Amino acid sequence: MSLLTLEGVTAFYGSSQALFDVNLEIGAGEVVALMGRNGMGKTTTVKTICRLLPAKGVIRFGDHDLLPLPSYRAARLGIGLVPEGRRCFGNLSVEKNLTAAARPGDWTAGTVTELFPRLGERRSQIAASLSGGEQQMLAIARALMTNPKLLILDEATEGLAPLVRQEIWKVIARLKQESGMAILIIDKSIRELSRIADRAVILQRGETVWNGPVNDLTSDLTERYLGV
Amino acid sequence: MSGAVTNIRSGARREWVINLVLLAGLGLVPLWAWFADAPFTITLATRAAILALAGTGLNIALGMGGLVSFGHAVFFGIGGYAMGILASHAQNYDPLVQWPVVIEGTQFMPVIWIVAILAGAVAALVIGALSLRTSGVYFIMITLAFGQMFYYFAISWPAYGGEDGLAIYVRNGFPGLNTLDPIQYFALCFAVLLVVLFFNARLIRSPFGLALNAARQSTQRVEAVGMDPFRLRLAAFVLSGAITALAGALFADLNRFASPAMFSWQLSGEIMVFVILGGVARLCGPLAGAVVFVMLEHFLGGLSEYWHIFLGLLLLLVVLLAKGGLIGLLSGRGAAHG
Repeated sequence: MSLLTLEGVTAFYGSSQALFDVNLEIGAGEVVALMGRNGMGKTTTVKTICRLLPAKGVIRFGDHDLLPLPSYRAARLGIGLVPEGRRCFGNLSVEKNLTAAARPGDWTAGTVTELFPRLGERRSQIAASLSGGEQQMLAIARALMTNPKLLILDEATEGLAPLVRQEIWKVIARLKQESGMAILIIDKSIRELSRIADRAVILQRGETVWNGPVNDLTSDLTERYLGV
Repeated sequence: MSGAVTNIRSGARREWVINLVLLAGLGLVPLWAWFADAPFTITLATRAAILALAGTGLNIALGMGGLVSFGHAVFFGIGGYAMGILASHAQNYDPLVQWPVVIEGTQFMPVIWIVAILAGAVAALVIGALSLRTSGVYFIMITLAFGQMFYYFAISWPAYGGEDGLAIYVRNGFPGLNTLDPIQYFALCFAVLLVVLFFNARLIRSPFGLALNAARQSTQRVEAVGMDPFRLRLAAFVLSGAITALAGALFADLNRFASPAMFSWQLSGEIMVFVILGGVARLCGPLAGAVVFVMLEHFLGGLSEYWHIFLGLLLLLVVLLAKGGLIGLLSGRGAAHG
């Protein structure tokens, strides 16, 4: 049984329709890459899953229908979001950012700082004064502190230095191998996504146009839908 | 980067020193006044301690939760009237309730405080549940409207003095203390303030306090980590109302008088003014603000009835030049961090 199911999902920003027919499935422990060019509805899809944007259709998480739930209830069911643009709690220290988000489970301040040793070194530093890469690590660590069953990473490596990007990709690979958590990733790096993801879903103008094993992605498909 | 971190740490240390100096000053001045036989100075210090307590209550909603409540005098008044009603029934040997069970009034302070805290908390729960569905200017207006509702209710309630307020003849009692002795009543109020400040310091660092601080920064981000911002804010509002009500009970006992003015929007504004003056979200910000407020009121109030002009000027300077309030200015820190 799949952990997350989206069927025929539509969503609007005011009167402007952003999603027309999004279909997506993620199984427990599976890593799925959500791909598409800019403005095709990837972040909007994430917002509908996290209940940050009203939607129609079917959105199920395990046995739960997510559509009637407020976003905090969806998060409590086990959806951890690392939002686009990092968005830490800027005036709280690293430690306080983690404590504020903590929910019972295997992920604790100790285990996440073991995953990101730099955060351990900057434990008492105000989040707003961290570098972009460290803020990204904090955003991932904060999402892990909620002990999610599904981790959603929306452009987690965007705007970061190559070395920091590599560090984050290594962590994502480690999470895949060791945690058994399902992961939905949005990223521009097709090369890295192809290495880590089990499956890919491609969106085109708010619709799912391709869904399959990442190894089946052909250059024809990536050229047609991703422009590379 | 490490320089910035060092600055933040040394600023935090300086703030702790300033807090300790403030508390020691507030504790020692009445002691000096007691030796110097200056009871009025002790009463002024008691007034400052009680107003600081009210401000500490508001600071939970305003500083930690970012809730600009313009009706916090409601809780101050509720505390005052809880004291007045219980004490006046006890003094007149007139039961508070006769059916279905007889409930007598009381002049026993701990019971009065518990009633005041509970009444303030229940009122804050109801007002918060309704007003926290709005935000920004609408929240300010709704809390102001509740304040005015309670004010007009108090002045039109003849059973408890109406416009004239409710006087009690003897200050209520506390086991082992002569509360009519100014220094002993000050010590009691100061001890309550210390307990609440200690509780507040723990609250700021608790997961609840951190989540509340986070919700002030971004509702969406807090929801994304599984917390309900409405409940967080409501809990903060209830705590805030309960503490302000306790301050109201102590204030009414200090004056031996509960007045409808305790519900007035002017008082709501004054509580907010000295929280901003001292430093929003600073542990001892309300204390610093209350001390300055009482000193200005005493020293300038004697010179002119328009002393609020000077208070306004000082507030203007603080808002424009010292966003962390007086405590922030002295400690070299800007607006409060979490």
